[in-house]
Amino acid sequence: MDEMTNREKKTLWENLLSIDRRIIFIFIAIAISLPLFFKTSLKMPVSPVVQGVYNAIESLPAGSKVLISFDFDPGSMPELQPMAESFFRHCFRNNLKVIIMGLWPQGPIQANIALDKVFRELKEEEKAVKVPQYGIDYVNLGFTAGNEVVIDRMGHDFQESYPADARGTPLSEIPLMQGVRNYDNVDLIINLSAGYPGTQEWVQYAVDVFHVKLVAGNTAVQAPSMYPYVQTGQLTGVLGGMKGGAEYELALNRPAKAVSYMFSQAVAHVVICLFIIIGNIAFFTMRKRKT
Amino acid sequence: MRREVPLVLTAMVGITMIIAHFIPPFNILKDLFEDWFFIIAAFAIYLGISNLILVNGDKIYKKQKGWPFGLVVILGFLVMTVIGLFFSGGTSFQDPGTPFYYLYMNVYYPLSATMFALLAFFVASASYRAFRARNVEATMLLLAAFILMVGRVPIGYWFSDWLGDALGKLADWIMDFPQTAGQRAIMIGIALGVVSSALRVILGLERTYTSGE
Repeated sequence: MDEMTNREKKTLWENLLSIDRRIIFIFIAIAISLPLFFKTSLKMPVSPVVQGVYNAIESLPAGSKVLISFDFDPGSMPELQPMAESFFRHCFRNNLKVIIMGLWPQGPIQANIALDKVFRELKEEEKAVKVPQYGIDYVNLGFTAGNEVVIDRMGHDFQESYPADARGTPLSEIPLMQGVRNYDNVDLIINLSAGYPGTQEWVQYAVDVFHVKLVAGNTAVQAPSMYPYVQTGQLTGVLGGMKGGAEYELALNRPAKAVSYMFSQAVAHVVICLFIIIGNIAFFTMRKRKT
Repeated sequence: MRREVPLVLTAMVGITMIIAHFIPPFNILKDLFEDWFFIIAAFAIYLGISNLILVNGDKIYKKQKGWPFGLVVILGFLVMTVIGLFFSGGTSFQDPGTPFYYLYMNVYYPLSATMFALLAFFVASASYRAFRARNVEATMLLLAAFILMVGRVPIGYWFSDWLGDALGKLADWIMDFPQTAGQRAIMIGIALGVVSSALRVILGLERTYTSGE
């Protein structure tokens, strides 16, 4: 009887060690999707790196020019699109002028998606809020092939990389671009990046060569590699992944998508931790039995 | 000539770009080479399109394994190109309300996001199998992963709020110090490797780009 019980217990631990990954997939699917149906108010402190981003934008006087580079594609949209919307809300709330560009082909259209969302929110607000006008309050320069060469050439003259905006209008005919020749005429650069070319290239070619002020929003995978730049002051601040986006929304006092998605992420992390604990218990039990 | 011309061009452009960084009058040549780079980068798009059509077209013509997927690729490419060029308001094709924007939001975005979202499941499965406390180093990795996974989500704040958000602060300390130190070491190593590779290419010691000769 004891031998049969030991064989059964051994089978259970062996089964746990070699569990079918589809079972893990099901648990993760439930952990991510179920919390989306619940509305929760989450509390989390704003970290110094995110506060740095907020302060950099908040400290700009009205009328300052901000260059936002959209360097991501729809694969990174869940993490970076909420950041983009928050950046636009913050800039338009403080009457900053926004110049949009992209080093990835999908970048400019991602910007249009975020602008469309923010403008619809502004129109729905009860107070009479002025909706930003194209060419006066914001402009979309579009995509130019060339990666870091584009960044370098813009340091000398924007027109060398962007002779016209995304709609083909020459920069000389756009009121917002009057007097904007290069980075000297831009007060802050914001980079939303999911890979190459991205924040690292902006630091190497814009910050180090032309001494511009740069803040960034990165995917959770890329954000850790930006911390050395934050420590040296090359990056004023960084939003790392969905948590960074959520903290920024809380700093803006405007909880939105990133905050609501954090509940899913939190539950998914807990489920993964539980699986890891179970796996280690099974591992140590099997090891003990073998010895 | 077939081998020498690329080597000479590479050396000439590479040395000029390095000198231009330190001696400003050379910026005239640097700007010229960068203009040529813009033109080549733009033509690379046409090279990519041609390759896409040739490879998938060949697969469809010879009815190789998976040829229906090649047909889907070419059809998708043609639909987006035709709609973007001729039916979406010209240069404003990326603006909300155009057919191109509609296809981007309702076809390209969901498909692209789904492919990336699959990673979440594979990361969970890999974490279950990889994070085992087999030795001291593996245990340290496991503990760090635990602290970061819990500390960087609101649940960590809930657990340790009564301790002054100890978990969150510990997670931030790991990111600010051990993680950053490791990242910095990797970045320096990569930078030294890039300098070494670039010098080899400029001096003609690395010739794999000349058809492997």
